[in-house]
Amino acid sequence: MDLRLGLAGPPTDGEKAAVDSVLGDPESGWDGGTRTQRDGHMAVGGHQARGRRHLLLPALESLQERTGWVSPSGLDYLCTRLSVPPAEAYGVAAFYSLLRTDPSPPTVVHVCDDVVCLSQGAEDLCREMEARFGAEGRLDPETGVGWTRSPCLGRCEQGSAALLQRSSGPNGRTSLAPASADAIAALLGGTDPEWLPAAPVRTPPEQRRLLRRVGRVNPASLDSYRAWGGYQALRAALRMGPSAVVEELKRARLMGRGGAAFPTGAKWEAVAANPLRPHFFVCNADESEPGTFKDRVLLEQDPFAVLEALTIAGLATGSERGYVYIRGEYPEAAAGVARAVAEARRHGFLGPSVMGSDFNFEVEVREGAGAYIAGEETALFNSIEGKRPEPRNKPPFPTQAGLFGRPTGINNVETLVNVLEILTVGGEGYAQLGTSGSTGTRLFCVSGCVQAPGLYELEFGATLAQLLELAGGVPPGRSLRAVLLGGAAGSFVGPQDLGIRLTFEDTRAIGASLGSGVVLVLDDTVDLGAILRRLARFFRDESCGQCVPCRVGTVRQEELLARLSAGRTIGSVQAELQLLREIGAAMRDSSICGLGQTAATAIESAVRLGLLGGLEGSV
Amino acid sequence: MNGHRVALAAPRRLLTLTIDGREVKVPEGSTLLQACRQVGIDTPTLCYLENLTPVNVCRVCVVELEGSRTLVPACSRKAENGMVVSSDSERVRASRKLVLEFLASSVDLSLCAPEVSAWMSRYGADPARFGSPEPGNVDRDRTRPGEHSPVSQDGAATVAQPPKLDNDTYVRDYSRCILCYKCVEACGSDAQNTFAIAVAGRGFEARISTEFDVGLPDSACVYCGNCIGVCPTGALMFKSEFEMRQAGTWAPERQSVTTTICPYCGVGCNLELHVQDNSIVKVTSPLDHDVTLGHLCVKGRFGYRFVQSRE
Ligand SMILES: Cc1cc2nc3c(=O)[nH]c(=O)nc-3n(C[C@H](O)[C@H](O)[C@H](O)COP(=O)(O)O)c2cc1C
Ligand code: SF4
Ligand code: SF4
Ligand code: SF4
Ligand code: FES
Ligand code: FES
Repeated sequence: MDLRLGLAGPPTDGEKAAVDSVLGDPESGWDGGTRTQRDGHMAVGGHQARGRRHLLLPALESLQERTGWVSPSGLDYLCTRLSVPPAEAYGVAAFYSLLRTDPSPPTVVHVCDDVVCLSQGAEDLCREMEARFGAEGRLDPETGVGWTRSPCLGRCEQGSAALLQRSSGPNGRTSLAPASADAIAALLGGTDPEWLPAAPVRTPPEQRRLLRRVGRVNPASLDSYRAWGGYQALRAALRMGPSAVVEELKRARLMGRGGAAFPTGAKWEAVAANPLRPHFFVCNADESEPGTFKDRVLLEQDPFAVLEALTIAGLATGSERGYVYIRGEYPEAAAGVARAVAEARRHGFLGPSVMGSDFNFEVEVREGAGAYIAGEETALFNSIEGKRPEPRNKPPFPTQAGLFGRPTGINNVETLVNVLEILTVGGEGYAQLGTSGSTGTRLFCVSGCVQAPGLYELEFGATLAQLLELAGGVPPGRSLRAVLLGGAAGSFVGPQDLGIRLTFEDTRAIGASLGSGVVLVLDDTVDLGAILRRLARFFRDESCGQCVPCRVGTVRQEELLARLSAGRTIGSVQAELQLLREIGAAMRDSSICGLGQTAATAIESAVRLGLLGGLEGSV
Repeated sequence: MNGHRVALAAPRRLLTLTIDGREVKVPEGSTLLQACRQVGIDTPTLCYLENLTPVNVCRVCVVELEGSRTLVPACSRKAENGMVVSSDSERVRASRKLVLEFLASSVDLSLCAPEVSAWMSRYGADPARFGSPEPGNVDRDRTRPGEHSPVSQDGAATVAQPPKLDNDTYVRDYSRCILCYKCVEACGSDAQNTFAIAVAGRGFEARISTEFDVGLPDSACVYCGNCIGVCPTGALMFKSEFEMRQAGTWAPERQSVTTTICPYCGVGCNLELHVQDNSIVKVTSPLDHDVTLGHLCVKGRFGYRFVQSRE
């Protein structure tokens, strides 16, 4: 490969420091250090340096965080050090919405205007932002502060949310929820107050299993975790051995909580049985499905539980390394998990000979940089590998060829935390909970127009009506219009569906799904047309752009909704609805991944429910 | 690189599958596309090329596979014993139609091979259903990932943009780009190993780009022209052809093709010289030539200027 480097000029000291903080100091002139006489006698780079390609994203994030953008000279220096073609590295940087490849102000505020916040007045907040900080999206480097609209920031129970991204001063990224222009301005003035995780858990402690420790354990203390029974499940797993652990999962009939509801035991078994080595295990903490915040609560408030479960997964699947991939919008969670990794390692719960056994397991924390699609499992692997997070075609499946082409297990945060419960009460005992098709308990992210939004843990089998009653129902004097179940990739159900049991099988039977546990409640004060248009926009903005049906189909779908709501249909409304169905069918049938395949689901369900009336009067 | 290999291993096992009700036997390792072609089923493809690794992104080749929730791309899905495939079902026709409509409503396909319009009529594709084409965004190369372009209430968004004329050898007109990834593969590990171009941005604003959209002279490009050789849409075009088209003098019917061996080095690349009115107007290499697999270097591709220079 003939790389052409050095055209962009030398890096600034700040850029060099940002890159070196991730890659270590360069060893020779070949990788960007000072040229010495010795360099003339050897050639390094190539294969060895490209073996570090997986450090590309962390280094890009470091450039962003420390210098405010990824500049040509900064990128060039990074490419020299990693032996990566600049065009490819630019292609990666220009994928993620938290990275900028143009000069931008030292502070950028991302304000959530996604479905939940939109239903709670996000447009008012955006108007306040505009009045105070100028037009949205104008990231003029000369102004100190710029702001942009953002997809869901995973703090939906607060009703509004913002993420501050700063490249000067002591603070980097900080979350703020609830958010107001005043609160944002106050944060910009000084140092951040100490971060205190909000505790939106509504289920009483004695009824909780997965959330048992949340709000009660000290998330920064391994001792506190152990006092709450921490690391007993891992001890049991080490005693039982890998195959017995997998057997317990199968007996428990645990199904994935990340959206696709795949049996976890079968997945672990397939990784464990694969003769190709090494194996990897990934905890998917990219949680970007609009309306979802459950994983964030676990990561922020019970990080050791996530690590313990990941370690058990590593043991059971014969993996030597685990990754926790956390979305870039969760800086507090990432810092907490990284601290917990160091703490667990210091006390022998990670690293060589875990808990004195002959099992070795290392965990790396990786942060995303603003891309919903990076939560799709194969896109996530590409992201870790330093490539564009474009989903791969399947087969091969991750258990055959996953991260770095190796057999890889991947589970959602909530799925993993269930494993602790299973090893505590046994697979049989666990399977007693819930229904025959949906065992155990489930976390529901209840948001929108209810009196008590927050996280609820319920045994499978409870009905939607029961859940809404626990959440206090819609505020007095208003009436329920619709509930979005499962997130943007889920579907709407109406007041007539309240009797449905919230299980995998019952939702499937009515053509809906539990997805990531989103229960977004919308009443008669909400502009449903605006919600639908926001969903369409979400898919358009988050499509990776790889395949035609999704890249263009999501645009055509959004345009069609815009025409309907403006009353400027091409032909009759009926003809537009027919076209909408055709677009949806093509996306569902021929897109590469779940994003395109589900991009029309919620909108089609809204049409079926007659909610399109919100788009315009004549429908 | 994807070379032609001499078969040293034992002959491959034959697999039996059913396509459109017919039994088909193909060697293990074949794709569904190869199986379809073997029995003469014409299957549209846009991002597939024999000499490149399949990226399966255009989705125009999808077929229905019994037992699969979604349609599958014929170009990359490997045949398996007992598969039951329909290449012309209602679902397949509907998806192919929409994919062609999506492309034709957003990209200028006027210089594609004539098959493309034949497929459009075969599937009844009517891109005008989405409204009249919008003018496009001149700042496409600067859009931030996830940044929302305001949505039109009348028209259909397009990738229209001015052509990039930044060097003496070829022109990049990305208003014709269907993002088939072929040029990226040809510039990268499938042939040239230069990696001058890659996909940047995402979603509808995904695009082929050098780093920071610098012009080709400031990029790693070595002007081998292999990307031009694989581009199916005319988005990448010899400057000679581009200028003649602009001047209205491009006349394929007056062109003849002469095959010769490149004189510049000992590799022995086959060249096809396209000659119009006694001038070489472009140089290609056959895809099935076992030395080049269709790929050349700057000397073979653009060295003809020396052949016909008068100095
Ligand atoms: C567009 C898209 C985004 C996804 N995002 C996430 C995510 O943020 N977190 C997650 O756990 N799974 C996500 N998934 C599902 C994963 O691909 C995968 O199925 C899951 O991580 C497997 O874990 P599980 O079996 O424990 O559910 C997403 C899937 C798609 C198609
Ligand atoms: S369906 Fe969408 S997100 Fe998925 S690969 Fe295709 S373009 Fe990318
Ligand atoms: S001319 Fe050759 S080097 Fe230049 S972009 Fe095309 S394939 Fe790459
Ligand atoms: S420029 Fe041509 S070869 Fe490259 S992606 Fe676009 S259409 Fe394909
Ligand atoms: S934080 Fe705003 S929708 Fe989730
Ligand atoms: S030819 Fe098969 S997906 Fe493009």
